[in-house]
Amino acid sequence: MSEITLTRPIWRHPEFARGARGMVGVSMGIAAWGLVTGVAMAKSGLPLPLSLLMSLLVFAGSAQLAALPLIVAGAPIWMVWAIAACVNLRFVIFSAQWRPYFAHFRRRDRMILGYFTADLNYVVFMTRFPERRPAPEQIPFFWGGVAVNWPSWQLPTIAGLLLADAIPTEWGFGFAGILALLGLLYSLLTDRASWVAAGVAASAALATVALPLKLNIVAAIAAAIAVGLLMDHATPTEAKPVVEDKT
Amino acid sequence: MSTWEAVIAILGLACITVATRGFFLYPERDLPLPAWLRQGLRYAPLAALAAVVAPEVVMQQGHLIGTLKDARIYATLTATAYFFWRRGILGTIVTGTLVMVALRTGLGW
Repeated sequence: MSEITLTRPIWRHPEFARGARGMVGVSMGIAAWGLVTGVAMAKSGLPLPLSLLMSLLVFAGSAQLAALPLIVAGAPIWMVWAIAACVNLRFVIFSAQWRPYFAHFRRRDRMILGYFTADLNYVVFMTRFPERRPAPEQIPFFWGGVAVNWPSWQLPTIAGLLLADAIPTEWGFGFAGILALLGLLYSLLTDRASWVAAGVAASAALATVALPLKLNIVAAIAAAIAVGLLMDHATPTEAKPVVEDKT
Repeated sequence: MSTWEAVIAILGLACITVATRGFFLYPERDLPLPAWLRQGLRYAPLAALAAVVAPEVVMQQGHLIGTLKDARIYATLTATAYFFWRRGILGTIVTGTLVMVALRTGLGW
């Protein structure tokens, strides 16, 4: 168990800048997405102070968008919470992946780190540190990413809330958020197994799209893991061509 | 829902963010995850991304789109071509969004 201790300010660490740069590439997509979320929140009819409170505290776009209509319609609070928990189920899966990197910190630090582990932090971090073990440069890298991700999300969301009527959503620039996710997805497709798993996940998500509460995402993850494991066991030496040593 | 009820709902949602993102970070000891699950979880992030993206690209109101006059198709194709040409995420977003906005404002797709 250790505390997060650093000999110099965290933003002076070279890995902080590296983590921030890793996030800058996708920050435009995050910003467009935040703007659209802000506009959607404003149009839902939730009073502005409550919308601001929600954006600043909840910090989970898809859960916010799922919970909003229920709050506005006066649904029971437990239902609002249950739906948000289902939409956030993927974070439970991600948190198992974060554990090897963060397990040696104190519980309070672990939960603070956990709060900021949004989808894009996850992808950028795991691309930089594929080996599942802690290293001292991980914490500066992580906070560098958060330092870009958090304002890239919050400021456009607030702008969307305030300027909802002036922003022409029919231009479709909210699609930039989807394109950011698409680019991230492509950068994760490094071998045949990952391509197949992504194809399976996409098909499963489309086939089960009628499921409520975005449970099609959970179904797609389960299908992709199952197929991925099958492939790993069918080709035990990685799903790449192996050059035999003929000496 | 009264204002204070909405505030409680929002505070609860913030707790749900912490509870889900920190789910496996909370226990002091490693929860016994079977080795196969640990191995299979490496497919979770790309699966989550594919699952979120696919319906947004090829579906409208829960049905597959039945027209080629949909700006999303061309925005996605352009973005995909850019990514595998240059391998940059920012350019992928910019080219795709430009095609999207051009088709929406120019042709009304």
